[in-house]
Amino acid sequence: MEKAKKLIQDYGVSRFIVTCFAILLLVVAFLQGQDMNILFSDIINRFGMYAFFSLAMVPSIISGTLLNFGITLGILAGVLAGLISLELGMTGLTGIGFALALAIPFGVIVGFAYGLLLNKVKGSEMVVATYVGYAAVYIMCIGWMVLPFKNPAMVWAIGGEGLRTTITLDGYYDAILSGMWNFQIGGVTIQGGMIAIIALACFIVYLFTRSKMGIAMRAAGANPIYASAVGVNVNKQRIIGTILSTVLGALGIIIYAQAFGFYQLYTAPMNMSMYPVAAVLIGGATTRKIKISHVLLGTVLYQTIITVAVPVASILVPDGGLGDVVRIIVSNGIILYALAQAGGNK
Amino acid sequence: MENLKPVLEMVDVKKSYFGNQVLKGVSLKVMPGEIHALCGENGAGKSTLMNILFGMPVIHSTGGFEGEIRMNGEVIDIKTPRDAMKYGIGMVHQEFMLIPGFTIEENVKLNREPLKESILGKFLGEPMKNLNRDEIRKDTQAALDQLGMDMVPADKVAGLPVGYMQFVEIAREIDKRGVKLLVFDEPTAVLTEGEAERLLAAMRALADQGIAILFITHRLDEVMAATQHITIIRDGAFVKYLNTADTNVTEISALMVGREVEVIERAKHHEASNEIVMEIENLEVNMPGEMVKGVNLKVEKGEILGIGGLAGQGKIGIANGIMGLYSATGKVTFEGKEVALNNPKAAINAQIAFVSEDRRGVGLLLDESIAFNIAVPAMQNQGKFLKKYGPISLMDQAAITENANKYIEELDIRCTGPNQNVRRLSGGNQQKVCIAKALTSEPKIIFVSEPTRGIDIGAKRLVLDTLVKLNEEEGMTVVITSSELAELKSVCDRIAIVTEGKVVGVLPASESDAKFGLLMSGITEGMEG
Repeated sequence: MEKAKKLIQDYGVSRFIVTCFAILLLVVAFLQGQDMNILFSDIINRFGMYAFFSLAMVPSIISGTLLNFGITLGILAGVLAGLISLELGMTGLTGIGFALALAIPFGVIVGFAYGLLLNKVKGSEMVVATYVGYAAVYIMCIGWMVLPFKNPAMVWAIGGEGLRTTITLDGYYDAILSGMWNFQIGGVTIQGGMIAIIALACFIVYLFTRSKMGIAMRAAGANPIYASAVGVNVNKQRIIGTILSTVLGALGIIIYAQAFGFYQLYTAPMNMSMYPVAAVLIGGATTRKIKISHVLLGTVLYQTIITVAVPVASILVPDGGLGDVVRIIVSNGIILYALAQAGGNK
Repeated sequence: MENLKPVLEMVDVKKSYFGNQVLKGVSLKVMPGEIHALCGENGAGKSTLMNILFGMPVIHSTGGFEGEIRMNGEVIDIKTPRDAMKYGIGMVHQEFMLIPGFTIEENVKLNREPLKESILGKFLGEPMKNLNRDEIRKDTQAALDQLGMDMVPADKVAGLPVGYMQFVEIAREIDKRGVKLLVFDEPTAVLTEGEAERLLAAMRALADQGIAILFITHRLDEVMAATQHITIIRDGAFVKYLNTADTNVTEISALMVGREVEVIERAKHHEASNEIVMEIENLEVNMPGEMVKGVNLKVEKGEILGIGGLAGQGKIGIANGIMGLYSATGKVTFEGKEVALNNPKAAINAQIAFVSEDRRGVGLLLDESIAFNIAVPAMQNQGKFLKKYGPISLMDQAAITENANKYIEELDIRCTGPNQNVRRLSGGNQQKVCIAKALTSEPKIIFVSEPTRGIDIGAKRLVLDTLVKLNEEEGMTVVITSSELAELKSVCDRIAIVTEGKVVGVLPASESDAKFGLLMSGITEGMEG
């Protein structure tokens, strides 16, 4: 008993509870006779869609700007890069490669400006970030209307001006990565290409945290006074951390879009920051500490719950409207629970 | 007296945190009306023992403890601080737990106010009753009188001198009816000498009224002056129960650290020379509470220079200013080259190292490992501990661990290993990590501020020994800033006294206390600066 208690404590009580909940959902789904192969394939797919956003939390947390609720800014930069690739009519690997490559400078510019802002609001980064994110979404609502995109697949059919709310990637690079190197294990689709890309991204971020700059960033985030006393420029590290986080967010939305099949504009990115924030917190990160393992485990757990909760709820509550209500309650409940853990449990 | 039962008995108390045993069977016995000292080094287990006595949640959330607590011979079970209060155990905290915006009487009576009837109270019960202000004042006055303090109950706490706040805390505890045992946790640490004496007098007065007092302090002369009995613990184990009358300071400190403490003997003293390694000219530092207002000082090569003076006079600001932690003006020349001020990197690159007086705030990353803490500055400024893999260089964990192990052994850092987080270390060991951190960048001169503040005798000795050894064996120039003159006198060659932001005099360490005392009070006549 003592041993079990200690194991749970080492694993983290809140993480343990969420894991149990995820497993419970899977068991219920199985008992309801749901197609588990499809569910598991779905979980893997969604993991691929969201992993980059969760990974984007790493540089922001270690540089001391805490959880990046402003990942929305990166997402907008990425969407813009993606739309330009569509406008130029680029398809396939060239198309997504171009979009990803373009997302990087966009992310750097936006991240730099955003980093300057965060340095002015030390101590309330997360609140400010949330509202900066909201503001940017609305500014881009105007942007999507007035930017001079001409591709008829993207603009409104009537009038020919302003971008549509959802822009399909069909014929461009729909599922180009999430369809790459896929293989089956017992009916479950494993997305080899996606997993490889995410593994590579995690490895790069991991290497970065062990580089000289990564260490400086860790020091700046953990104790700014210590850091400046040992000659680290704290503000610079925070800006670099914000830039990296923003760039990861920008890359993330393109990877998300190719798996999803659409770029979603206007108010769609509004609450995108909540999912990765909740995921890493569930995974065991706090506003001050994060590891790659938190990112991976948290994203898997969070997406498992979200994915499985929908079909389970729709059978438990057959009334059409209520099933969706239950889904919303579960997904927001998980976010709420995760945020309540943000301080870490000692 | 013989048939009197002890007020408090703690019998064979054991406690472990996560498999790490911090108390290995400690027993404590306090008689009514006595002042009993609990002595031990930092990390000996005093705080844990007190946490057990007060039923702090940290004890019960980590699996409780073994052993028995008896009051007046009866076994009692203290599960929460509320239980402790119920049994008549009071605590005077090290850090003040007072509300500055409230008056003395409001603080004393907080949440225990005598009430009187009101109209709303008739309908809505107790929370809506009025406060009985007269009663509050009367009780508070009585408590203050008992302490012999001349304070006005209606004054705000915010404006009081620090020493008075301590008395407000005590007044609150003795105002609680039925207090049988009062614990004083390092009450004199923040007091001036006069205030400390008054506190001891108040403690004696309380003891005369039959209240037992458990006195935790590092100041052994106070132990000798005020107590009847002493319990000494070391490394979580009970060492000895002593009659104060039958012992002396040397024995107590020897029992506390488990070895004789002698005055630090230096093998050789630095010969006065004209080789100036650092010259500080007209340095002004804007450090709140420690303003430096034009310091001129020359540091000789290879010496141990002390910077002394009273708190708040600016001595702490000098090193902080040179290291660029606070904005400064003036000119600092090191080895003939001017060191840019307001730029920590410039000072570090000039091979000047600094051990801050604020270990936890400035000196350490509390949630990182010992090894990491030691390695960061050398890595960031000198590119040490990095391994090249083609175009990228990553931190070299093996080298970092090896370096940490070296210092753990050399400085006797007591820890579970180089990967332990520094937060869990005791003050003395944290200080050693700070010194290791400074030494890893191989400085030519090291500034150490308040090296022994808040650490116990054993660790103090080791820290000072380390500094002396560095000086003697490596020829490193050491500048120690400290509020403890005796400590400076035991290790330094010369001591500069700072008063009102200026160096008022530099004397050889062998000079008499009286001369230093005069300098500290700002009297400089008849002395050369």
